[in-house]
Amino acid sequence: MLSISNIARSEGDPKVLRSGPSSRGGTDELARALGWFSIGLGLAELLAPRQITRALGMEGKEMLVRGYGLREIGHGILSLSPDKKAGLWSRVGGDALDLATLASAYRPDNPKRGNVGIALAAVAGITLLDLVGAQGVTSRHRRTGGDHRRYRDRSGFPQGLQRARGAARQDFRVPPDMQAAPTAAALSPSGDRAASTA
Amino acid sequence: MKALVWHGKEDIRCDSVTDPKIEEPRDAIVRVTSCAICGSDLHLFHNFIPAMLPGDIVGHEMMGEVVEVGSGVEGRLRKGERIVVPFTIICGECDQCRRGNFSVCEKTNRKKHLADKAFGHTTAGLFGYTHLTGGYPGGQAQYVRVPFADATHIKVPDGLSDEQVLFLGDILPTGWQAAVQCDIQPDDTVAVWGCGPVGQMTIRSAILLGAKQVVAIDRLPERLGMAEAAGAITINFDEESVVERLNELTGGKGPEKCIDAVGLESHVSPLQPDTVYDRAKQLLMLESDRPHVLREMIYVCRPAGVISIPGVYGGLIDKFPMGLAMNKGLTFRMGQTHVNRWTDDLLRRIEDGQIDPSFVITHTARLEDGPEMYKLFRDKQDNCVKVVLKP
Ligand SMILES: NC(=O)c1ccc[n+]([C@@H]2O[C@H](COP(=O)([O-])OP(=O)(O)OC[C@H]3O[C@@H](n4cnc5c(N)ncnc54)[C@H](O)[C@@H]3O)[C@@H](O)[C@H]2O)c1
Ligand SMILES: [Zn+2]
Ligand SMILES: [Zn+2]
Repeated sequence: MLSISNIARSEGDPKVLRSGPSSRGGTDELARALGWFSIGLGLAELLAPRQITRALGMEGKEMLVRGYGLREIGHGILSLSPDKKAGLWSRVGGDALDLATLASAYRPDNPKRGNVGIALAAVAGITLLDLVGAQGVTSRHRRTGGDHRRYRDRSGFPQGLQRARGAARQDFRVPPDMQAAPTAAALSPSGDRAASTA
Repeated sequence: MKALVWHGKEDIRCDSVTDPKIEEPRDAIVRVTSCAICGSDLHLFHNFIPAMLPGDIVGHEMMGEVVEVGSGVEGRLRKGERIVVPFTIICGECDQCRRGNFSVCEKTNRKKHLADKAFGHTTAGLFGYTHLTGGYPGGQAQYVRVPFADATHIKVPDGLSDEQVLFLGDILPTGWQAAVQCDIQPDDTVAVWGCGPVGQMTIRSAILLGAKQVVAIDRLPERLGMAEAAGAITINFDEESVVERLNELTGGKGPEKCIDAVGLESHVSPLQPDTVYDRAKQLLMLESDRPHVLREMIYVCRPAGVISIPGVYGGLIDKFPMGLAMNKGLTFRMGQTHVNRWTDDLLRRIEDGQIDPSFVITHTARLEDGPEMYKLFRDKQDNCVKVVLKP
């Protein structure tokens, strides 16, 4: 990727020699992996629902599987975005739904009961990963700080607020191209308009 | 040298890269002594600004010492001089530069052909930003090449610290222009959305320019506290209705002047259902920006008032109440800041002690800690308002 994007640079532009650690942490990477997994699974559910229902002995539930596919893709997009926290927690919710749906198919009269069992185990495993990921990104990106620093002493005016109020009116003229439309300025009771356009 | 490099969404790394060198006669090389992380960098961090490429060096708020000049700089800048680098690269001689419209300089975007296609007509080259504005390597680095350096610089006296002058390159003139273009009258109420570093500078500018009252809007207590320190009345939009409170404060008529210092990443909250709608559309790539603040400003602004937009927007927005804006006869002013138009005047105000922009710095770190500081600034951790890095 880096060598391809270097085509867009001039000869003298600095090029990367060695990369340092990323602003993405381990949990962010886990979130990305789960996000891509969601999109992959979602596409499979959307495009090949019949294979899935057949393997699980859930024939007739193709529309449901398609719907779940759309939902999965939604989780994926959100998990890959800066709102990955919402994305991963939405995945956890989705896992619960998947588990419930699979459990309903784990009936003695289902000839594919074995497959359903495997799927249940797999989803349970993924749920665990999702929980780890969701908790991880929540704590990594949690707002910390507390009440002790509110910066109420940082006016930025070395001579104090009272002297700062209107101080620039003494010696600053708003340039003509930035003056307000006459409708707003014409009746200004200060009569200031005449001065600033003079 | 070491530099902060964009590798993808939320992926900034402190990399070893080759040193920049003089490429054109008007270039200079600057050894960076201080640089900062800007709210605009967060838009890049989140990959909301198109045409970034892996390997791009980020950063557009920087200052340092000139260590080399090209043959065309001709005495206007000398080795050893201390300068702040404005984030807008300017030629100083095109039609726009001569009018003071520096951020739309016609000559400095080296990818003008791209910008002409995307924007209709090119704007100025910018440091550490998208390839649509030239893709110039940025200044969160030990060294930076400054193109058109004979015009693109602000000389600073030795008596002032880096912290006092660094923000002349971006957020101080940005806040200043945001307030100036409102043409503030002594009886005006100026409402400022967003109390990030740009909002803080805007609030102070509006006070200096003599607004009757300045109202600051955000949800982060530490930023509202900092706004109060400068004499602003504050509204926490998580706790109260912005529109109701602004009307209360203006005898039911609304503020004359409204300033958007938030930009395209307005906070998403179920309390403001339109932001959830925008976020969903953004995720589905049906809209690129979240214009909640624009909608709120247009709604609450007094008819015939002014809407000033320093906040950055990147592309397309939806549900923009053009009918309200038109019928209320509002004036819109916006743009990347014409930095050098204001800096002589602002430098004098710093020297005179009228303002000291260093108040906004809450964190100082090494360049190597840059990736971690991006995360901290983005997540608003440890009451962070502004990060300065020391390469
Ligand atoms: N025009 C220019 O030349 C220029 C220069 C510098 C920065 N900018 C832009 O200015 C904007 C602000 O920059 P910053 O460094 O202060 O960024 P920042 O991200 O630190 O600050 C944004 C603030 O807006 C607040 N906010 C979010 N939604 C809000 C809402 N609905 N109402 C009120 N406040 C809300 C956030 O809590 C945050 O404090 C960014 O868009 C940045 O790109 C423009
Ligand atoms: Zn900036
Ligand atoms: Zn120019």
